[in-house]
Amino acid sequence: MSKPILEIKNLSAGVGDKQILKGISLTISPGEVHAIMGPNGSGKSTLAAVLAGRAGYEVTGGEVIYDGKNLLDLNPEERARAGVFLAFQYPVEIPGVNSTYFLKAALNEIRKSKGQPELDAMEFLNLVKDKIKLLELNEDLLRRSVNEGYSGGEKKRNEIFQMAVLEPRLAILDETDSGLDIDALRIVAGGVNKLKRPDSAQMVITHYQRLLNFIIPDFVHVLYDGRIVKSGDKQLALELEAKGYDWITKAA
Amino acid sequence: MSTATETIEGLVKQDYKYGFYTDVETDSAPPGLSEETIRLISRRKNEPEWLTDWRLKAFRHWQTMQEPHWAKVHHEKINYQDIVYYSAPGKKGDRPKSLEDVDPKLLETYEKLGIPLRERERLAGVAVDAVFDSVSVGTTFKKQLAEKGIIFCAFSEAVQEHPDLVRKYLGMVVPYTDNFFATLNSAVFTDGSFCYIPKGVRCPMELSTYFRINAANTGQFERTLIVADEGSHVSYLEGCTAPMRDENQLHAAVVELIALDNAQIKYSTVQNWYPGDENGRGGIYNFVTKRGLCRGSNSKISWTQVETGSAITWKYPSCILQGDNSIGEFYSVAVVNNYQQADTGTKMVHIGKNTRSTIVSKGISAGHGQNSYRGLVKVQKSATGARNFSQCDSMLIGSKCSAHTFPYIEVKNSSASVEHEASTSKIGEDQIFYCNQRGLATQDAVNLIVNGFCKEVFKELPMEFAVEAQKLLGVSLEGSVG
Repeated sequence: MSKPILEIKNLSAGVGDKQILKGISLTISPGEVHAIMGPNGSGKSTLAAVLAGRAGYEVTGGEVIYDGKNLLDLNPEERARAGVFLAFQYPVEIPGVNSTYFLKAALNEIRKSKGQPELDAMEFLNLVKDKIKLLELNEDLLRRSVNEGYSGGEKKRNEIFQMAVLEPRLAILDETDSGLDIDALRIVAGGVNKLKRPDSAQMVITHYQRLLNFIIPDFVHVLYDGRIVKSGDKQLALELEAKGYDWITKAA
Repeated sequence: MSTATETIEGLVKQDYKYGFYTDVETDSAPPGLSEETIRLISRRKNEPEWLTDWRLKAFRHWQTMQEPHWAKVHHEKINYQDIVYYSAPGKKGDRPKSLEDVDPKLLETYEKLGIPLRERERLAGVAVDAVFDSVSVGTTFKKQLAEKGIIFCAFSEAVQEHPDLVRKYLGMVVPYTDNFFATLNSAVFTDGSFCYIPKGVRCPMELSTYFRINAANTGQFERTLIVADEGSHVSYLEGCTAPMRDENQLHAAVVELIALDNAQIKYSTVQNWYPGDENGRGGIYNFVTKRGLCRGSNSKISWTQVETGSAITWKYPSCILQGDNSIGEFYSVAVVNNYQQADTGTKMVHIGKNTRSTIVSKGISAGHGQNSYRGLVKVQKSATGARNFSQCDSMLIGSKCSAHTFPYIEVKNSSASVEHEASTSKIGEDQIFYCNQRGLATQDAVNLIVNGFCKEVFKELPMEFAVEAQKLLGVSLEGSVG
């Protein structure tokens, strides 16, 4: 068996005095897709934020090993350069900053950290033109400012487009399905599926089973009150859809 | 969260790179201001009697005036008798005849500042007039410009060689009675640049003046006069720096622009006077009057400024739109950090028919900085069909700084259209985290975000200046793609 990409061991974290994650353990190996489901307030987005290194969250216990390294020792940009990618639930607008320039700067930071040569503008544009088709996005988007004036659907698709360009080892999709209509959902999920590689992994965070009709997970974990209360395969997601979260949360 | 804020605040702090002092011999007047001081300046410059009289009239008027305090800035009382009103590099006597006569130390200074003063650096393609303390030390590219009939020289030289032009236009836009600091300047101005573009000539290169305050306790009072005759076109750049000192130094300049029929003047400034230290000690008081007169029809004056320096900036580059169909523009980025204060903006006075003006102001406040936009759009009765668009955006970095907007609008013609948009935003930890999560370090993220915020103004700057401006904000090259 290959070495895991991510090992979360008994992770506890919170904001201020409030404990949100209360001992999470999870191992993700190359080629796997893990779905994290759970009711609102169960700690799904906190888990994503802690893994990406967002300021304001305090880790109070446990550890996270990423590619054999202590992930929690790295600052957010070091994590990103090491291949941890977070598709934001609410992508952030950066007015006046050209999307292409932004993404090129990001890719070149990642390449630099791997000791690869930086791409020049032409090389980058060629790369991008292939990837943008994957998400059925208009090339015009590349000339606009980062996320500024994008529709909700465009923002989410743009996140996956960035993921396509940056080719992360661990992609964390935080409620990427929220606010998408069924067509957009199909495009986004299709993009994510095409980006699956044997040497990388995906963590898909969602409230609804709907997304998992398109992105087929190898494992489904139910998060409740800061703990993983049940794990299973994709059948578990269907059961949740049918019976609701009460079925599990009452047992927990 | 507070640690993240502190990081941001730490990152916007940058050391002042131009704080060195050049040890050159100077010929200075004793401190203090009197009719005698003014006569001394006038005598040193061998000025004609009309100019001495003009100065004295200004001085007598100034004595009746009060220092203005309406701007949203605070400073200790300025003692005008402690200031040295005349300081020239070199021994007593004439200004240098050519670049060969200029003290090599001075040339080194300009080289350190990245100013190509020597003609051999003609590749830079910018004609430079450099003003060191009060005296202009050399103008490059003079010959090439003269072939087109363009006059670009030190103000004091223009007084000697083109007295009629100077006499005709001096004070036409900013009369000696205009305001406290402009009147003081009129009395004691020592040098500056003069530029005349003849009819129908398009100036083949960017003209540039570089101002440097070097000596201690010296005020710099330069005067720039640019006249674009009918159908001519000129782009003019101005840059400024000063050594680091604990005491405040006064800079009270006057810039007058005059555009005749169908003429265009583009005036760009990158102001990086010493801003004081992180506790607000020292720095330049930059109290400047800049005004352009679109005298002819279809004329255009465009101001672009990037203000990053000075302890206090008090400056309103303005346009009087007298000619029909004339156009005034003002693009500004003003950055304050530590204890810097800026009260800056513009006045657009519409007099002619179908006159148009555009104002884009970007204020960035960090540290304990205080940034105010103050602008007046005035449409007179005669200005049928006048149009104005104003946009004032403020960005706050950290929680101890402030931003204020004071837009004044006076419209006396019902056919006029005036639009004003304003916004205030805080540089978001969200934005920085988003950049971090894509692999960008926090400093790069701040630069990127600030640069994006200023983009509309930077794109108005001539290329070489845009680069300098971006560097000044510590910004990597944005917009090179797409």
